[in-house]
Amino acid sequence: MAVIRKGEKRGTPALSTSSLPDIIFMLLFFFMAVTTMKEVTYKVRVSPPSATELQKLENKSLVRYIYVGEPTREFREQFGSATRIQLNDQFADVTEIENFITMERTAMKEEDQNVMTVSIKADKDTKMGIITDIKQALRRAYALKINYQASARQSF
Amino acid sequence: MARKLNEINASSMADISFLLLIFFLVTTSMNVSTGLTRRLPPPLPPDQKPQDIDIKKRNIFVVKINSLNQLLVQGEEMNIRDLKEKAKEFVKNEANDMHLPEKFTKEFETLGVVEYTRDHVISVQNDVDTQYQAYIDVQNELVAAYNELRNELSQLKFGKKFDELNELQQKDVQAVYPQKISEAEPKNYGGSN
Repeated sequence: MAVIRKGEKRGTPALSTSSLPDIIFMLLFFFMAVTTMKEVTYKVRVSPPSATELQKLENKSLVRYIYVGEPTREFREQFGSATRIQLNDQFADVTEIENFITMERTAMKEEDQNVMTVSIKADKDTKMGIITDIKQALRRAYALKINYQASARQSF
Repeated sequence: MARKLNEINASSMADISFLLLIFFLVTTSMNVSTGLTRRLPPPLPPDQKPQDIDIKKRNIFVVKINSLNQLLVQGEEMNIRDLKEKAKEFVKNEANDMHLPEKFTKEFETLGVVEYTRDHVISVQNDVDTQYQAYIDVQNELVAAYNELRNELSQLKFGKKFDELNELQQKDVQAVYPQKISEAEPKNYGGSN
């Protein structure tokens, strides 16, 4: 027997959105897993050199970065276009590196202090003079584990 | 009788998770940092002048890079493409050549008795004006030479690649081919006067 429904309107039922949060959460977790926190805002332009025998930098919390390159466009007027060093968020001089490393090391947990790595992220057109100066400064600061950042390349 | 609970309205859940998603997208970056890991020698005491450590000439492999990024390997000009083979030949010294590093015999736990060049050193020297990319290229080729040697030895002894060996075997292979790339005290080499 046919039931006559009078009160209901005809038309497509509303789309269920109850699974939407799950989908978004999935996306969120995906991005959380594959990405890393931004280190700093760059004030120098760095396009790293390329190499083939790369190792991944592990334990990000034990790594401190030194950026070397030409200042980006907005800092050109102020600082010129000569190669500069950036520590954290500021331009710095080679003489400040020793102090910076010591400060960073004392801020670390005691058991981590020996395994601190300093990663040099330098532009591929940088002259070795400045890199050598940085290396000497790091030696004096007893930061002996270093890493030259480079991007992957197939071969020659 | 259990009373039917009112369902919690979950429609704002999507908005909250969207917000989180966008926050993470903005604050994170995708790139994984990779690079060449090196160990610097400890600093010299301030009152001590850098002295030349007495290394026999046959044990040292000198790579010089000048300000025009040209290589001088063991006194002869060389293309970067040939550097890896030359370095491998030097570290391995298969034919026990007089001019290549001295060989020593030692028994390893997992490898048995192996002849290896214990005291060899590769010295990289660069000019102030050398381009960073050229320096990294040289470092890269030298690391590649060591990696190939280690893989060859692992393949020969265990039939596996170096990465697939267990910890003890890796340690022994590393002991046969330790990465001995020294970075000398900076000097100014010609070409930039």
